This record gives sequence, structure tokens and C-alpha cells, in this order.
Amino acid sequence: MLPRVLSLGVRRGPLTRRPGTLRGGFSLDWEEKLSEIKKKIQSVLPGTSLHPLYDSSHLPPDHSDVVIVGGGVLGLSVAYWLKKLEKQRGALRVLVVERDLTYSQASSALSLGGIHQQFSLPENIHLSLFSASFLRNINEHLAVVDAPPLDLQFNPLGYLWLASEKDAAAMENNVKVQRQEGAKVCLMSPDQLRNKFPWINTEGVALASYGMEDEGWFDPWCLLQGLRRKVQSMGVLFCQGEVTRFVSSSDRMLTKNQKEVKLKRIYEVHVKMDNSVEYQPVECALVINAAGAWSAQIAALAGIGKGPPDTLQGTKLPVEPRKRYVYVWHCPQGPGLESPLVADTSGTYFRREGLGSNYLGGRSPTEEEEPDPENLEVDHDFFQDKVWPHLAQRVPAFETLKVQNAWAGYYDYNTFDQNGVVGPHPLVVNMFFATGFSGHGRQQAPGVGRAVAEMILEGRFQTINLDSFLFSRFYLGEKIQEDNII
Amino acid sequence: LSSPFSQSLRLVAPIGNRSTRGIHQLGGAVDPESSQKKRRTMLQYLSDHFYDVEFLRGYFLQNKMDKVHQKNRSFAHLEETHGPNNAGAFFILKQGGAVKFRDKEWIRPDKYGHFSQEFWNFSEVPVEAVDASDCAINYEGLENLHLLKELQSLSLQRCPHMDDWCLSRLYPLADSLQELSLAGCPRISERGLACLHHLQNLRRLDISNLPSVSNPGLTQILVEEMLPNCKVVGVNLAEGLKLGPEEQPQDTDRPIPA
Repeated sequence: MLPRVLSLGVRRGPLTRRPGTLRGGFSLDWEEKLSEIKKKIQSVLPGTSLHPLYDSSHLPPDHSDVVIVGGGVLGLSVAYWLKKLEKQRGALRVLVVERDLTYSQASSALSLGGIHQQFSLPENIHLSLFSASFLRNINEHLAVVDAPPLDLQFNPLGYLWLASEKDAAAMENNVKVQRQEGAKVCLMSPDQLRNKFPWINTEGVALASYGMEDEGWFDPWCLLQGLRRKVQSMGVLFCQGEVTRFVSSSDRMLTKNQKEVKLKRIYEVHVKMDNSVEYQPVECALVINAAGAWSAQIAALAGIGKGPPDTLQGTKLPVEPRKRYVYVWHCPQGPGLESPLVADTSGTYFRREGLGSNYLGGRSPTEEEEPDPENLEVDHDFFQDKVWPHLAQRVPAFETLKVQNAWAGYYDYNTFDQNGVVGPHPLVVNMFFATGFSGHGRQQAPGVGRAVAEMILEGRFQTINLDSFLFSRFYLGEKIQEDNII
Repeated sequence: LSSPFSQSLRLVAPIGNRSTRGIHQLGGAVDPESSQKKRRTMLQYLSDHFYDVEFLRGYFLQNKMDKVHQKNRSFAHLEETHGPNNAGAFFILKQGGAVKFRDKEWIRPDKYGHFSQEFWNFSEVPVEAVDASDCAINYEGLENLHLLKELQSLSLQRCPHMDDWCLSRLYPLADSLQELSLAGCPRISERGLACLHHLQNLRRLDISNLPSVSNPGLTQILVEEMLPNCKVVGVNLAEGLKLGPEEQPQDTDRPIPA
């Protein structure tokens, strides 16, 4: 009876006369009060979420087995592999907490989109090869029933790394390692370069390495959305919010040498909602730090780095945001359709975009020139002074070009050795890292996601051995330097 | 009160088109929904409400993909016993394609998939031409094609699984390949066509009817620039142009002399 009364009231159309308006006099505001009362009654009626005191459907759940902080490409990849490799369907409850669901500052969405296997570390090569085969079969891995297939817009033209005299020996060594691990890379002399790509000026180039297969660039936004769609269909929960606090319990234990070690275990994550002070404490068993450029803040919340320096407690996570610019320019006489992504000896890189003679590129600044990562404002003078001269020197056709557009994005830059951090923290026992990849995170995301999922579910790395990427290397001082970072 | 993401916070997230509409448009092909909508609504409804139906559909999809993988398994083990040419030819014939050895006739499987086994006796006769039209050849299967070192003509018309990744795998045939046809492949786009610059000995390239190429005329011109010695066939550059009273009807390739 009550619903019928309410529906009768609702059906009053826009043309019915309001009380008190015939003579233009005062209106008691009866309409608004009535609609408010109706809303309150409707929210309590059965059929809607029954919370007689308070509606909490926008908050994350109270309990979750795994909380992934950061919903970018690495976080989603970990969520995907966790759900894919779990032993029983629905065994793990996974929650992904992302601060900005429009991904306006996500590193992967703003990147150039390249994938290559020309690294100096075998682990990086394996990760890239795995990711390339994942991307190749992306419509099998991320297939959702009744959804359209993903079009990654992959461009298989490869990367061309140029080396000067002093780097030629290192490049030859690297190519040997790459070929051993299964990457298809070929070395080219300056003459062969001029033959194949007549628009290159080979002055100063001693050697070049060209990736023939499984290298190129693709649309990272499509990968992100595809992962999100698949992960949601597998039952992973998403939440828009910011992690503000970790509540942990600690255990004091003695090592063999009778030294005291405090092991922490995070049992609650406080997720604060956007534009409000309300937060939800989520009880969890595992926390995965995939927050990209902001991972250091999340690690600091968990107490990593709070201690005297040069101890394990005092070792901070050395990942910081670094700003990188991408410029788009138009050059009608530029390199043709077959031009790969060229990475110059000076650190400048560019690639062609589409059929219309547009090119994307940039340059990694040196340590002294590092821009302030406070915001994502673009410095156009950087292009004029630091990028264009090198471009014009390497490709003479680029002397006449016109910049159309530019944007900036963050690298989650690992200041220690520019390689990722993967795996658990030795002291905060249930926090896992998947961050710090300094510009090649997106291209290695499927492999890293699988590695973290295996570490969680099996206890060790199975497909690709990433033992050298653990956190403990920061304390032990073991750098695994990667040379080919742009 | 309720955020737009409250739907996704349910433990059993609804799959299917309803929940994906909240996500940004995916960069790429979206199926034309109109005609298939009615046919699939019943299936979608059942999938959304019953785990069994959802699982069965996923199972059949997986089965279809597994069949394609099975067809493209590696035939390298035959290389030691029978030689690379025979191994590669066997792979093509098993898929349903046709093979031509040098100085011999075309060997084609009949409608039941049976083909003449006499090629096993050929020793060291290279395969000259392969017609793999309408075959389910994909990236892994192309590795078997690398066994045919002296292939001169390759026809991959209307292959449903040929895409840009596969085209980047054609470079080992660069020394000998002179004729390539990619007409009608639904997944090839201009990005894959750019990899064909490795094939410097190519004399004839057919790129007609590629639905995923965004701008066929411009792509043809750019490909012609990329491969100067090659005759690129496929796009009627005069399509859509109004013929003047003095102009004759043009033929399909190269209405404007290069």
C-alpha cells in the first residue's frame, strides 16, 4: 500500500500547479520536503541495500585477502595472474584500490608505448619476451565472453639502438646475451644502416642493434582497459580511494646471533574515500605495493625506512617520481613508413605515428637537468634546446619540423639501479612490491604480474627467476645495473 | 549516494556488455551489435545468470582456440628425417593449403583433406610456391614456413588468424620471396604492412580488400615508396573520383603512372 501511495505522488507531471504560485506568492517548498521524505523511505524499503542507519555501498568491503594498492598496469596484471593461477575458483578475494580511476597521471597511459627485448640483464629480456607473447595472444588471455576483441594497434617495427665508438663493445656483448636468451636482434654496421634507412645520418655511429621480432609499440590504454575488463569479470573488486594508513602487528624474534628483529604484519588497510574524510578499514592478509611513482609514500606508511640508516629497518624504498616529456611533431619529409623506434647515442628517441608523417619522441634528461616532478607541466624549451639539435643531427629531415603537441608523464624511477623491485619485504612480512621499473614497467607488466602471483601462491618464482630483483638488494648494496634505459 | 562503481563492488561481478559500458571505449574494433544483438541476447542473459552457461561458453571458446594451436604445432621434428622442404610442405598440406615443388605440379588436398603422399620421395627438391589461402595459419605456424628457404611465391589470402605480429615473422624469407598476396585478411593493418620493407626481393604484392587498413589509398602509396622495385596491387586509387568526359575508365592497378 505504501509503494502505491508513493508512486501516485511521483506521477505528478511538470504541468501540475504548485501550491501558492497562482498569485505569484510564497511557496511553502512543500515539493522538496516531500521528495526528501520519499527518498528516505525508499532507501529503507526492501529491494535496495538494507542499511537502516547508513548506506555504505560506495565503500570497499570489510575484508579482503589481497589488497593491491594502485590500479595501473602492474597492479591489474598482478590481480589478473592471482585470479588466473589460484587453485580453486573464487579462492582469493582481491581488492584493487586506485586513487584516480580516470588514470590521468598513470605512467603507462602517458608513455610512448614501446616494447623491446634489448636489455643487458637476462631477467629483463625474459620478462619482455614473456610479455610479448602475452600481448600477441592477448585475445586469448583477456577474452571476456560477449565483449569485443581487443585491438592493441601493435606496430611490429622494432627498436633501433645506435651506439657510438665507446659503447660499441658493450652493445655487442648485450646483443650476444640477448640472442642467447632468445631475442631476435641483429647488429648493423653504419653502411648497412645507410642502405636500409637512407634518412639516417650515421656520423658518430659505430654500431646499431635492430630488433627484428616481438619489438615495437602498442596502445597502452587498450592494454589497461582490457586488463580491467577481464579482471572485473574474474571477480576482482575495484575501489576508488586512497590508502592512508596501515595498521600492523609486530613480533619480536631473535636471529641466530641473538640479535633482535621486529617483524611486522599488516592486518588492516585504511582506505579513504575521495573528497571526504570517511574511510573504511579493510582487513587483509597481503598488501601489494603497485603504486608506481608514489610507491615510496605507500612504503613509508608501512614503516619501511623508519630506523637508523645503514640498517635493514632504515633502508627506504628508493623509488621516486621523475617527470619525462613526450613531444609530437609533424615533419612531411621525415622517415618513411618503415622507420623503427630509433634510440640515439645522445639519449634522444623518436618513432613514427600513423600514416600522417607525425612523430613522437623525447629525451631522458641528465641528472642535472631533472625537472621538478611536482606537476605534469611541459617545458617546451627543453625540446628547443636539448631534443631538437640531436634529432636534427641524426635525421637531417628533422631540421624542419613543427611541434603539434606535448605532454608529460612520471617514471617510477628507481634511483638505486633503475630496475624493478619485485617480491616481499624482509621485515614487513606481507607487503609485496611490484614497482620501480623506471620506464619499462608497462612492457614487462604481464611477466612481473605472473612472478608476483607465483611468489604469493607458490612461495617462489617459477616461470622467470627474479631473485635478483628483491628488496634486500638495497640493504646489501648489490646493484643490478641496466644499461639500455631511455 | 551510490557511486557509479557500486555495481563492480558486488562479489560476483556481472560479465557481459552491461558492465563494460562504464569503461572507456576500447581502442579498436567493436562488433556491429544490431544484427547479432537479438540472436545473442538469450545467450547473454543465460551467461549472466547461470555459472554453468558462462563456463560452457568459455569452454567452447577455449576449445576453438586450442584447435587452431593444434593446427599450428611445430613440425621441426620432421626436418631431420625428411628434410626441411618436405616438412614445410607437409605442414601446409595438413592445414589445407596447396604446395608446388620446383618443376612439379601443384599438390592440393581434396575436400576430405587427403593429399598425394608422393612428395615424401622427393629429395632436396625445393618448394617454389605455397598457396595457404583460407588456412588457419598463425604466428607459431609461420615458424614452420621458415623451413622453406627457397620459397618464391606465397599466398595468404583470407587467412583469419594472420595479423601484424605474423607479418613481422616473414623476414627470413626475404632472400627468395618474390610474390606475396595478403588479400582479404581481416586482421592485417598498415602497421603490419610496414614490416614488409625487409622483403627487398619482392616483385609483386597484393594488398587488396584489407578491412583493417584505415586508409587504403594512402597506405598503398606509402608501401610503394617503401618497396621501390615492387608492383603493389590492390587498391583502386581512382575509387570515388568522378571521371571527366575525356577520361577513359581506369584499370585496377596504378591508374597514375609512377
